[in-house]
Amino acid sequence: MIEQMSEPAGAADRPSPSFPPSLPGPIGVPAVQVSGVTKTFRTRAGLVEALADVDLSVAEGEFVALLGPSGCGKSTLLRVIADLETSTTGEVEVFGKTAARAREDQDYGIAFQQAGLLPWRTVAANVALPLELHDLPRKQRKERVAHLLDLVGLGDFAQHHPDQLSGGMQQRVAIARSLAEQPRLLLMDEPFGALDEMTRERMQAELARICAETGAAVVFVTHSIPEAVFLADRVVVMSPRPGRITGVVATGIGREVPRDDALREDRAFFAKVTEVREALHGSPVTGVGREER
Amino acid sequence: MTSTAMTAAAPGAAGLRSRPLDGVGARLRAPLQGMLGLLAVAALWEGYKALAPEDGVVIGETRVLPRTSDLAMPHVWDMVARLGEPTTSLPGAVPLWRTVADAALVSLGIAAVGWLVGTAVGLGLAVLMARLRIVELGLLPWIVLSQTVPLIAFAPVVRSWGARIEIGGWEWPPWLSVALIASYLAFFPVAIGALRGLQSHSAIHADLMHSYASGWWSTLRRVRLPSAVPYLLPALRLGAASAVVGTVVAEVSTGFLDGIGRLLVSYAGQASGDPAKAWAPIFGAVALGLVAAMFVTLIGVLLRPYRRGEAT
Amino acid sequence: MSALSAASTTRSRVAVVLAPLVTGLLVLAVWQFLVTVVEVSPYLLPGPAEIAEEWRANSDSIREAFWVTGMNALVGLIAGTVLGVALAALASWSGWIEGMAATVVAALAVVPIVALAPVLNSMYGADSEYGRRVIASIAAFVPVYVNSIRGLHQTTALHRDLMRSYAASGWQRFRSLTLPSATPFVLTGIRVASSLAVISALVAEYFGGPRGGLGSFISTSAATSAYARAWAYVGAAIVLGLLAYLLTGLLERLVQRLLPTGATP
Repeated sequence: MIEQMSEPAGAADRPSPSFPPSLPGPIGVPAVQVSGVTKTFRTRAGLVEALADVDLSVAEGEFVALLGPSGCGKSTLLRVIADLETSTTGEVEVFGKTAARAREDQDYGIAFQQAGLLPWRTVAANVALPLELHDLPRKQRKERVAHLLDLVGLGDFAQHHPDQLSGGMQQRVAIARSLAEQPRLLLMDEPFGALDEMTRERMQAELARICAETGAAVVFVTHSIPEAVFLADRVVVMSPRPGRITGVVATGIGREVPRDDALREDRAFFAKVTEVREALHGSPVTGVGREER
Repeated sequence: MTSTAMTAAAPGAAGLRSRPLDGVGARLRAPLQGMLGLLAVAALWEGYKALAPEDGVVIGETRVLPRTSDLAMPHVWDMVARLGEPTTSLPGAVPLWRTVADAALVSLGIAAVGWLVGTAVGLGLAVLMARLRIVELGLLPWIVLSQTVPLIAFAPVVRSWGARIEIGGWEWPPWLSVALIASYLAFFPVAIGALRGLQSHSAIHADLMHSYASGWWSTLRRVRLPSAVPYLLPALRLGAASAVVGTVVAEVSTGFLDGIGRLLVSYAGQASGDPAKAWAPIFGAVALGLVAAMFVTLIGVLLRPYRRGEAT
Repeated sequence: MSALSAASTTRSRVAVVLAPLVTGLLVLAVWQFLVTVVEVSPYLLPGPAEIAEEWRANSDSIREAFWVTGMNALVGLIAGTVLGVALAALASWSGWIEGMAATVVAALAVVPIVALAPVLNSMYGADSEYGRRVIASIAAFVPVYVNSIRGLHQTTALHRDLMRSYAASGWQRFRSLTLPSATPFVLTGIRVASSLAVISALVAEYFGGPRGGLGSFISTSAATSAYARAWAYVGAAIVLGLLAYLLTGLLERLVQRLLPTGATP
């Protein structure tokens, strides 16, 4: 398991080594602290306010889902945390550092809606990419990649190329890659958005298992209500124009509850789904089977 | 506007490879069709020669289709047979194909030098343009524009450089003028194709490398260069074809003596006595172009891992 | 990414216009510097002023030569286009013809077509411009054919199924599906071909044949060491190339406006 993995040797050269996930960070420092962040894009049509005065805190080891319709700024918020975008105003701290510093220190792993694998690299070489970039010695790199591929159940596909894999398998490779440097924070931008429903449910269960094993904090962007409730400790509901947080629902499903099909059939789970849906639509839902779009 | 280079480069790739291959029968079909295509061209030649009037097709005062006499249009088999006969009637003359092959090899060498230099400069400039936007803004419009104008027009002017330039004890050799023009022509398509390729990587890969805090050069090596390969290969092929054309034209216009260009002109001058002989250097020039293209195809085979379909 | 580029739009728009201009002026300045200060031999590089002077002095003969070469390129372009489109239509009708043509066209694309020039001159007779026109038409044929084939393959299975469900006739299908989706590609082919036709018509003149075009004047001027005059003709050749490109580009725009297709290749 990851906890038993040795600290990468090359990590000593870096300004701040990534701790193994079992070690707690400085007491009271949240994984992510977003305060008063706004983000304005300048487009041909004029100024677009993608994020308006967003505050959000994610604790160590906490799983937070960002939920909302298209254009509510949930992806932008994630990209601001990842330092792929710079916020117009406000502050973002990751483990008490600036977002830019956290990125340079490799404090998070990231996965996108598209797997984004490099097509000319094998599965193993794709997972090894971040390790290679940060000069982990070859031998340790190999061990770590083998371990990660086992973790996502792709040990037999190490030498395959991405185009030989199904969409779900590619996405699992991308998740393995995001875990490569044992980050204590995972940023995931609709990682299962392009998958079919069956694959999607299986991947959700796997992600829940992996998160339980690694103990990493997760910020997970999605537009699926059941997915958010199934995975998260807290569901942060956002609304568009301008993008802002309109509600937070604690799911109350503990970490110790296994994420399996039994949970999906649970009455309490349905109740939470309804609660989140109401938070999303801003009014009690009447009737059954209203779609969450 | 910028599509010029790529569109012109496409035939080799698009024309031949778009056929789905399933089973042995289908695999044999492509070469078979290719042979038939060549036969059709020969049949067209012989058919026109047999059916059209001796003096060609004349509309009013002007001849729009050529004369069909044996002097103007030798039989295809005569052209081929002539290759095996001695070059001249002098005793001990080597067979014609040998003379042509020797000249073609000289031209190939010059074209190769030109192609290499042009490719190296084109690649280097493309990297510079990808690195510094201001360089791209300043140069790219000129490079694209130059694709549409007959740059090769100035080839005869370069002839003068041969005799005039002397640096220390080193004298500018005539073949260098030819190689210079070849490299000059090869450079433009490579620069454009490489730049387009270097800018072709997906946004998600850029984000990923950014999230890894990877530097520009590291990203160049790991993402941008590999994803440039599918754009680079047609550019290299176009560059090779341009280098060959440039070599042949430059040989003729600078009066270079050892290459295929001189044979083209001088054998055509002997066509009234020996019409089939004039076709030998044409076959040589065709072979030259095909060998150059095959060389680039070989590079493509070596780079095959980088040409996998873009995975999502 | 999008935010960054959007934020600097105004600045980059100025740079887009300014940067190439500065480059052009810089090249001119270095050129003039080499000629007047470094005093590079005029054999290597005559000055811009000298070339302009030669252009003025020979404007009549430049105009005539421009017309001769331009006419050769134009006739070649038209013949090559007709041939290319016709063969592409045949090829889209029969897979075997397409397969047979593929090899020949792929070879034509990499082979120095201009090598045919001396033979063609003797086939047509020493005083005929038609040898060069044939060269230009073969050169123009290749991109027109390749792009037309690509255009004719553009109709998707979905669209064909749709037309079938409408029980459209062959002509209706051609009129409302094949023609609009293929036209932009054919036009792109013609635009590329126009440059090639000019280059080929010009270069073919280096291989002998009747005198009178830009190419023959460039080579005779260079042969008699009148380098500034040779450069003046080179300048005219560049103008011809640009003109051909602009005209075919305009044609493309015009047809696209008259025949809205949506798709541009």
